[in-house]
Amino acid sequence: MDFGKLFELVIAASLVNNFVFTRFLGLCIFFGVSKKMETAVGMSITFGSVMVISAALIWLVYNMIMVPLELTFLKIIIFIGIVAAFVQSADTIMRKVSPGLYYKLGIYLALIATNCIIIAVPLINVGEGYNFIESISFGIGSGLGFGLALIIMASIREKLELANVPKVFQGTPISFITTGLLALAFTGFSGLITL
Amino acid sequence: MFDITKILTDLTQLISLFDIQNIPLPLTGVGGAVEAREYVNLIPLLKFTTLFLIGVGAVFGLGLAFAAKKFAVYRDPRIEQVKEVLASAHCGACGYAGCEQYAEAVVTKPEVPPNLCTPGGAATAETVARITGKAAGAIVPNFARIMCQGGWSKSQKKYKYEGIQDCRAIILAGGGDKSCRYGCLGYGTCERVCPFGAITMTDDHLAFVDITKCTGCRKCEAACPTKVIEVLPTSKQVLVSCHSKDKGVDTKKNCQVGCIACSTCVKVCPFDAPAVENNLSKISLDKCKVCGLCVSKCPTKAIDDFIPRRSKAIVLDHCIGCLICMKVCPVNAAYGEHKKLHVIDQTKCIGCGICTAKCPVQAIDGTFNAAEVFAAAAAKKAEKAA
Repeated sequence: MDFGKLFELVIAASLVNNFVFTRFLGLCIFFGVSKKMETAVGMSITFGSVMVISAALIWLVYNMIMVPLELTFLKIIIFIGIVAAFVQSADTIMRKVSPGLYYKLGIYLALIATNCIIIAVPLINVGEGYNFIESISFGIGSGLGFGLALIIMASIREKLELANVPKVFQGTPISFITTGLLALAFTGFSGLITL
Repeated sequence: MFDITKILTDLTQLISLFDIQNIPLPLTGVGGAVEAREYVNLIPLLKFTTLFLIGVGAVFGLGLAFAAKKFAVYRDPRIEQVKEVLASAHCGACGYAGCEQYAEAVVTKPEVPPNLCTPGGAATAETVARITGKAAGAIVPNFARIMCQGGWSKSQKKYKYEGIQDCRAIILAGGGDKSCRYGCLGYGTCERVCPFGAITMTDDHLAFVDITKCTGCRKCEAACPTKVIEVLPTSKQVLVSCHSKDKGVDTKKNCQVGCIACSTCVKVCPFDAPAVENNLSKISLDKCKVCGLCVSKCPTKAIDDFIPRRSKAIVLDHCIGCLICMKVCPVNAAYGEHKKLHVIDQTKCIGCGICTAKCPVQAIDGTFNAAEVFAAAAAKKAEKAA
């Protein structure tokens, strides 16, 4: 396995094709939980781990079951089902096995079940025909990218709370503008890696 | 009524009108074996797909049901009930992260008292106690008190501040623009964090707490960067409203109403409640009987009296003339002779209530604490009789 290719994949998924700033996916959660640093960090951790595990799970189901059965056209329905089932069972199991972790991250799990980024990662994986290891690295990269976006936004918004924002721009409008500027900044990464 | 079999046969006939075996499927789409074929045998494919989806659904459903059974956590139904009656302000006054956490703690842990929800008040405490089977206990309402009276007109400034209008921002600039670094900065952070709208900023840039709205949730206490807000029991109404630990001379320079640690209040207090420490007088809440004597004697008016008007003492007819009131009166308002009805000079009396409390036969009425003292005496008498 070429390690350099995997590294490129992670960088490409996290910076060049950042889900929030370049692909504009997952914006609802991005705006919802970026008000406070604490929730942003919790959400990033939960999101990243769910992304990686669901990417691995879905790769197995897709290549081991759906391709041999020639049912690949069902991928959207099945992927949503797998993610929802996985998240739901993770929720149940975590509650029993580690209540501490559940109280820290459990509240975010419910929000994740039908999120667009979570479903986009496996869809892109199968679309690009990544192998198992590549799928997982793509999941890691996407998780890192989303975490980065959330944490950058949360740190900016905590400062914005104190800033003297004109009345009409207070709250969500100024966050939209900030996100636009950040997206503009992230275009600087384009051309960093040519796959 | 609907004849389902007839509808179905009609439907199949309708479908068979089309050349269903030879429908050309679109060739676009991302990969996949089915899309790549020119013709698709639709009926078997539909059957197979339906079966597959049902199978997948069943596997997931069974898996989740198994997980739910195997990893079931027993949740006390009372937790939901308690959550319903709490104030749901998520203020954190109880010391827990939110209403849910407190509801769980109060149900599952026997040592957690049911009266911690201050916004809910006595009614909530009672209901929670009933649900959890605990003794309600008295709920002591707390109010936020601003421990500073030095508005912008009464205090000095170090420099002119033109940055972000928020106390948390200005504190970063050399500890605030006030010469006194202990006082209320007056940029209204507490007003903005108060979830009940109980705090307003006065024209003199000083926070004012509306005690009819304040629930004692401590949000402002946590937000205030100078820690000038204290949340204290309602019953204690006489407070040194100053936090200045500067030397008396410096306090006097900085603010007209600061505590200069002159110890006058320590000397006049009949109950030894105030104590001067680190250039600041602090009234002990346990010892203070809210008589208000120190309020009238404080040279800088740094002691705040939250009782708006104290009614004056009057002697009742069953006075036995024991002279005790004359001895305890701090302003020498009571006078009289041995075994004769005493008189209290209404011009001198400040309504401190000390004589009411000390009178052996409860013969002095009219002060703010009279009802309380009489009730206590009656209870004692009843106890003795029983």
